[in-house]
Amino acid sequence: MSNKILQKKALIPGQTSLLVIDAPQIAKKAKPGNFVILRIHDKGERVPLTIADTDPEAGTITIVYLVVGKSSALLETLKEGDTILDVCGPLGKPTHIEKCGTVICVGGGTGIAAMHHIAKGHHRAGNHVVAIVGARSKDLLLFCDELGGFCPELLIATDDGSTGHKGFVTEVLRDRLEKDKNVTEVVAIGPVPMMEAVAKVTKPFGVRTVVSLNSIMVDGVGMCGACRCNVGGETRFACVDGPEFDGHKVDFNELRMRLAQYKNQENESMDLFRSEHGK
Amino acid sequence: MVNKKKFNPIRTPMPEQPADVRNKNFKEVALGYTREQAIEEASRCIQCKVPLCQKGCPVEIDIKSFIGHLAAGDIPSAYKVLKQTNALPAVCGRVCPQETQCEGSCILGKKHEPVAIGRLERFVADTFDSDSACEMITGDTACSLPNEHVKVACIGSGPSSLTVAGYLAARGVPVTVYEALHEIGGVLVYGIPEFRLPKAVVAREVGALWAKGVTFLPNWVGGKTITIQDLIDDGFDAVFIGVGAGLPWFLNIPGENLVGVYSSNEYLTRINLGRAYDFPNYDTPAPRPRNVAVIGGGNVAMDAARTALRLGAENVYITYRRTQDEMPARLEELHHAIEEGVQLELLTSPIAINGDENSHVKSMTLQVMELGEPDDSGRRRPVAVEGKTRELEVDMVILAVGTGANPVLLEATPGLNLSKWGYIEANPETGETSIPNVFAGGDIVGGSATVISAMGAGRKAAKTIAERLKVEF
Repeated sequence: MSNKILQKKALIPGQTSLLVIDAPQIAKKAKPGNFVILRIHDKGERVPLTIADTDPEAGTITIVYLVVGKSSALLETLKEGDTILDVCGPLGKPTHIEKCGTVICVGGGTGIAAMHHIAKGHHRAGNHVVAIVGARSKDLLLFCDELGGFCPELLIATDDGSTGHKGFVTEVLRDRLEKDKNVTEVVAIGPVPMMEAVAKVTKPFGVRTVVSLNSIMVDGVGMCGACRCNVGGETRFACVDGPEFDGHKVDFNELRMRLAQYKNQENESMDLFRSEHGK
Repeated sequence: MVNKKKFNPIRTPMPEQPADVRNKNFKEVALGYTREQAIEEASRCIQCKVPLCQKGCPVEIDIKSFIGHLAAGDIPSAYKVLKQTNALPAVCGRVCPQETQCEGSCILGKKHEPVAIGRLERFVADTFDSDSACEMITGDTACSLPNEHVKVACIGSGPSSLTVAGYLAARGVPVTVYEALHEIGGVLVYGIPEFRLPKAVVAREVGALWAKGVTFLPNWVGGKTITIQDLIDDGFDAVFIGVGAGLPWFLNIPGENLVGVYSSNEYLTRINLGRAYDFPNYDTPAPRPRNVAVIGGGNVAMDAARTALRLGAENVYITYRRTQDEMPARLEELHHAIEEGVQLELLTSPIAINGDENSHVKSMTLQVMELGEPDDSGRRRPVAVEGKTRELEVDMVILAVGTGANPVLLEATPGLNLSKWGYIEANPETGETSIPNVFAGGDIVGGSATVISAMGAGRKAAKTIAERLKVEF
């Protein structure tokens, strides 16, 4: 696997980018819901990122990332033709996909990228896929063209109302669920508050709801237990038991507090990066 | 060669960094013998007619012979003897529990101190580097692979796989080793701290295997990136599974998911593999707590506790439910830990971890224990003293209570029979699993054990594979 970046596209300049990476073996094996772990340089940390798409014939995988800390900022400095030091995967359990009727896929922010891969899987399995995507404003929406290409329904929500419904994805979701009592499943990928809110909305409808947890990971293959989360009172590992779990059973408070545990060090790292890169 | 000199009952002391210096750095604790010290210690060996030490060694090193050469000052010959059966002598010389193996069987140990076989092994291995590996083994500067009509794959690059690779490579068989992490060495690099086993030592042994024609592929996860069936389809004649036992156990006590509670695997992987002790030079963050409790009494607990001290913790406690005498850790590691300032909280068992308003660990509730009747392991069973508990103020807890079988590869391998504890079932004599020509060894077969026992299992499997494939050197 060469791990060479074949294509780089700024989806939201300076904030969110898409990379197409040469990784034939991972492309051959990856299914919707899987993730990879990257390491960008020889002093780098291991960073989990969801696979947004694959092309097994071309031997490529696509990842989309948001620049939030030092590692993603470093990733953003790489150009087409550069090589990512380590790309490991596909990891995690793939999304459970079967022909089941109508599936609503909800995506928020960068999570839309990962949601897109799962929506595509449901479409290929013959399901009626409703995509609901949300962002603060029109310019921050991702993958709308791609989703529009195969989803019979693409519903949009923006905080500022620059396009689609003015408000949250949860409002669009509630509306859609009220109109149609035959929705089999809801999949939500995005920021923790969004996934929690989606689970709250679907609960009274009794619709099976899957969320994808972005826990802190080290090895990503079930060895360290850093990504443990509380699902229905049981400790599960997001890396090998997940990353997708029943949204009605996830303890989101615990997830939030565990996600924040390295905040100080992350800030320290980022400050160092900024001073080194004159930003 | 029989030593007729006046016999020295005391073994040659190992030079070490002073405890109050080393507990602030990650450099190796034991500094190694000089040539003079090594020869002096080797000369204590009485060269028994029937050497019992060799029987105590899982990889059957010809200990008598290597020490004999060393005593005579012929270090290259001593190295050759070591490398004939042991792919990782520089590792074994540092981390083997010699007191229960070779040194535990040494005749001198009956009345005096046994020969310091481990220290001698380390000295001899350290004298050579990987550049000369081929020459040392084959007498040829370039390693040829005369058996290229066959090929073997190993999954996992820990001690058992490295042993399989070393044994087969020495017989000219091309071996490809698939590793899930980004560095080669398995537990030797993610688990054992730098101060006990420097990464450079592991890299040197791995380098010697590269030089002998072994191919290492990091970032390939067995069961995910590649399956056993893929390897069989790709024409590998035999596959060895050496993935270790990497699934951390927790205690299922309240508060276990609080911020500041770690499995020893996470803690040590961050520090060792991620070099978090050098944060922010390295990007992997490490927690910097003041008061740390490590739960468990094995080598991993010692490693975690000593690491926490080095990262600046003021108090590091090891809580163990029996007494010091029953601790499974190597005596040397326990002594090193105590010397460095680790405090023992014996006869205690945690029943809850308590958090503050930010869900961060602030204390641990310990049940006071006493020793009752011996259990199946022959050790006296710890029994709770009714109603007697104690609070220990800590801001970090590390659980070093063992590991189980990691399910990733096992779930992806239909037809692989598992034991009732979830480990792989393998023929104890050959290492073969329920899938023909697929072998397994080390912790994934027997559960958490030592580096050398994993190597012993690797050696058995490698021998069987060599016979099966009719390879000769």
